[in-house]
Amino acid sequence: MLEKIKEFASEFFVTGDPLIYGADVSIVLATLGIVFVLTYFKKWGWLWKDWLTTVDHKKIGIMYILAAIVMLFRGGVDAVMMRTQLAFPDLNFLEADHYNQIFTTHGVVMIFFMAMPFMFGLFNIVVPLQIGARDVAFPFLNSLSFWLFAAGAMLFNLSFVIGGSPDAGWLSYPPLSGTQFNPGVGQNFYIWGIQISGIGSLASGINFIVTILKMRAPGMTMMKMPMFTWSVFAASTTIIFAFPILTITMLLLFMDRFFGAHFFTLDGGGNPMMYINLIWMWGHPEVYIVVLPAFGVFSETVATFARKRLFGYASMVFAMVIISIISFFTWAHHFFTMGSGANVNAFFAVTTMIIAIPTGVKIFNWLFTMYKGRITFPTPMMWTIAFIPAFVVGGMTGVMLSVAPADFQFHNSYFLIAHFHQVLIGGVVFGYFAGLYYWWPKMFGFKLNEYLGKWAFWLWNIGFYICFMPQYLVGLDGMTRRISVFSDPDWQGLNIASTIGAYIMGLAFVFQVAQIVYSMFRKEMDTTGDIWDARTLEFSIASPAPEYNFAVIPQVHSRDEWWEEKERRARGEKPWDLGKIEPIHMPKNSAIGPIMGAFWFIAGFGLVFHWLWMAIPGFIGIFACMYARSFSAHKAEYYIPVEEVERTEAKLRGSV
Amino acid sequence: MSKKRRSLVRAAFSAITLVMTMLLLSGCGNYMVLNPKGPIAAQQLDLIIITVILCAIIIVPVLVITFVIVWRYRATNKKADYKPEWAHSNLLETIWWGIPIVIVIVLAIVTVRYTHELEPSKAIASEKDEVTIQVVSLNWKWLFIYPEEGIATVNTITIPEDRPVRFELTADSPMNSFWIPELGGQIYAMSGMSMALHLQADEPGTYFGTAANFTGEHFENMTFDVNATSDAEYDQWIEKAKQSPETLTDESYEELSKPSEKEEPMLYSSVPDGIYERIVTKYMHDGAELHQHGSASADETNGSTSAEATNANSEEASSSHNGH
Repeated sequence: MLEKIKEFASEFFVTGDPLIYGADVSIVLATLGIVFVLTYFKKWGWLWKDWLTTVDHKKIGIMYILAAIVMLFRGGVDAVMMRTQLAFPDLNFLEADHYNQIFTTHGVVMIFFMAMPFMFGLFNIVVPLQIGARDVAFPFLNSLSFWLFAAGAMLFNLSFVIGGSPDAGWLSYPPLSGTQFNPGVGQNFYIWGIQISGIGSLASGINFIVTILKMRAPGMTMMKMPMFTWSVFAASTTIIFAFPILTITMLLLFMDRFFGAHFFTLDGGGNPMMYINLIWMWGHPEVYIVVLPAFGVFSETVATFARKRLFGYASMVFAMVIISIISFFTWAHHFFTMGSGANVNAFFAVTTMIIAIPTGVKIFNWLFTMYKGRITFPTPMMWTIAFIPAFVVGGMTGVMLSVAPADFQFHNSYFLIAHFHQVLIGGVVFGYFAGLYYWWPKMFGFKLNEYLGKWAFWLWNIGFYICFMPQYLVGLDGMTRRISVFSDPDWQGLNIASTIGAYIMGLAFVFQVAQIVYSMFRKEMDTTGDIWDARTLEFSIASPAPEYNFAVIPQVHSRDEWWEEKERRARGEKPWDLGKIEPIHMPKNSAIGPIMGAFWFIAGFGLVFHWLWMAIPGFIGIFACMYARSFSAHKAEYYIPVEEVERTEAKLRGSV
Repeated sequence: MSKKRRSLVRAAFSAITLVMTMLLLSGCGNYMVLNPKGPIAAQQLDLIIITVILCAIIIVPVLVITFVIVWRYRATNKKADYKPEWAHSNLLETIWWGIPIVIVIVLAIVTVRYTHELEPSKAIASEKDEVTIQVVSLNWKWLFIYPEEGIATVNTITIPEDRPVRFELTADSPMNSFWIPELGGQIYAMSGMSMALHLQADEPGTYFGTAANFTGEHFENMTFDVNATSDAEYDQWIEKAKQSPETLTDESYEELSKPSEKEEPMLYSSVPDGIYERIVTKYMHDGAELHQHGSASADETNGSTSAEATNANSEEASSSHNGH
């Protein structure tokens, strides 16, 4: 019996690597620490009532962003470990299989569990406030989306200590990801981690489309929406067309692995090329899904800090819509070398180049927003300005990669790695940082320390160029991605430079954490709610916004409504006629979101280990939750009485 | 901007510039892709240079404009104009929709031409005879079969200089990619089908060959040397290979195809007839199971499709080439 348990445990837990034992210990210690703090300060009720069961978009947004920062740390540690292994030739810091797991989890974590929640966090915090709404269209669904994301992320991260991580690359091409070459459970963690969180993403996409279409303040026509809201609309539309493809692809891969189906295996009439096409039909739109909201953030910050209207609004909208449409017609540029023939390659090369046009137009419009403006440089604006050269150069290498015959020389090399890190960090990460710094006061009522923020900014930027510029060159020198060891002494100099850059970015992250912690203790309060002298509705209310956001929904007349309103007030004209406060209709908290997330986790975990005794109750639980929700939905709302709203408003104004 | 902050900015800029310059100076001469040793890689390099120039037409001015605008319109510069309401100009917007469109049209024309020209399944025009090498990606080594000479190698190739080489590629392992940067771009090697790639070395030398698409644990050991030699040396090398005590048989192939961490280069003096074709069609004649599903005819269709596809591509490529 004891032997059996021992045998099971050695399969179940990841063993044999001191780095992982270290991680085990720190995970246990951190968990115990959190449990202790919550118990000692009697905070369990607060955690459950105020946070875990909340359907308030602002709190859900904060939880998303917190998760994203934790995942940025995890993905960043992966990156630093990879760069350490590749610092010198023939180094043996990581074994080959461990290295392979790390580059796989780095990619998956950064895209699915860092960029996506960061993005949804910003959507949640900003969109309802920016369009003058009291919440998203489906607040419960929003909470459920978050918990599906959380269940998927936890499941995926668990593979690190239980069962073993996936090691077939972030997109897990079969046949490598099939049972023949990958019999372990790691790949199952991949499938279910992505599947569960992907369903959450799809639901969020629907939620934000409906929110934007149906819940704008009176007078805010589509062409008067703030640009960030437009970018959310474009990204969400892309999500609802792209994510079903991911769901089906993962389902087919699961059927191959679980039932021995042959969708993607040759010995049974399937074809791995089908998977590669499908995954990129999702994968290419996905990169635009994450970058469009970053474009939205830049459009907000650049207008605010240049103190000038956004240049070429209609062009900007048009460009964004075009990008999200064409993004569905470029997928094959990820495998020009698969032998599709000259005509197919030429088609996808040209569609890819076409995307550069609207993207370039956006850059010009941002530049000319600053032209004849009065630019100030707080941290959100610094990230915005740093984005431009990073993205322009990354865009150029993107066009180079799009030229199909030349891509035969770049494909799968470090040139490609450098390119997509440059656009994903320079575009997406810089954009989300700009957004985080910009809306942080709105989220928490205090500002992040600028001094530490500038240190973090410069270290990030310097580290970024030192890390990725050498990778272009080492790629041109024939170094391919995903090799765990290199021997060529010619690659030494470039690789060590790249590693140093990665460490500098790691240090920059430490500065950011320090900045957040420092600012929590030395608060620079945002007393006006409009700390940046900004232009859009979210800055017309207190920071942090009250539960119901707007006591009275304002009437919108123009694109920069809040800016115009300030101008009107400055001219001594009559301010907004806000009308009378009425009882406010609000959604109630719901425990079904976190409970259903937990059942998804149980079901997913069962399927990972092929334990139907665990998976089936998990699915029963999921359906029970759906049933319970269906018959209690009508009880899930309440009204905030007028007196309470007036009290809150008076208090907020008092502190203003 | 305070003095201290400005010096910080300046220090950062000079650090970045210094690193960039060092990187560029550290030998533009050495990078494989930028130093082609064959006609395919040379044309690909031409294309890369054309692309960089076309892109530079836009990005250099953009970088300059960015710097100028950010500097000139900083809030502390009281001399600069401030027009907070100015947010639209048909002329300007037409210009920056127009210029990228023109550049992309030019680049698209160039790309489409080159895509047909450099279609990897298209033979290289030459007076000399083509050498055929059949490539099999295995976990974790490359098997190279010289069907005309009846020899085979592991993890090393010798080719005659100045003669076109036709690589036929497949895999008996997860999908891989076969790349010799100094001779030209890569192509995938996939099981169940045969791909074609034509390359040529213009001068003798030893070139670096590598696997480019991740195939699992010891993927990093799938590198190989490509020795380009004179015709005479090539013949000598064939003779040498034929003296090798090792022979490739169906059994020794079976043994070789099992996963192994790292293989040293090796020569086989003989090769069984049609082994490459057997590897490619392995999954189509996998027999009983397929027939049970009544898909025998479908299998044959599959088999011929991939073979035909390759042919069709090359024909189409050459015909459109003539068209230009």
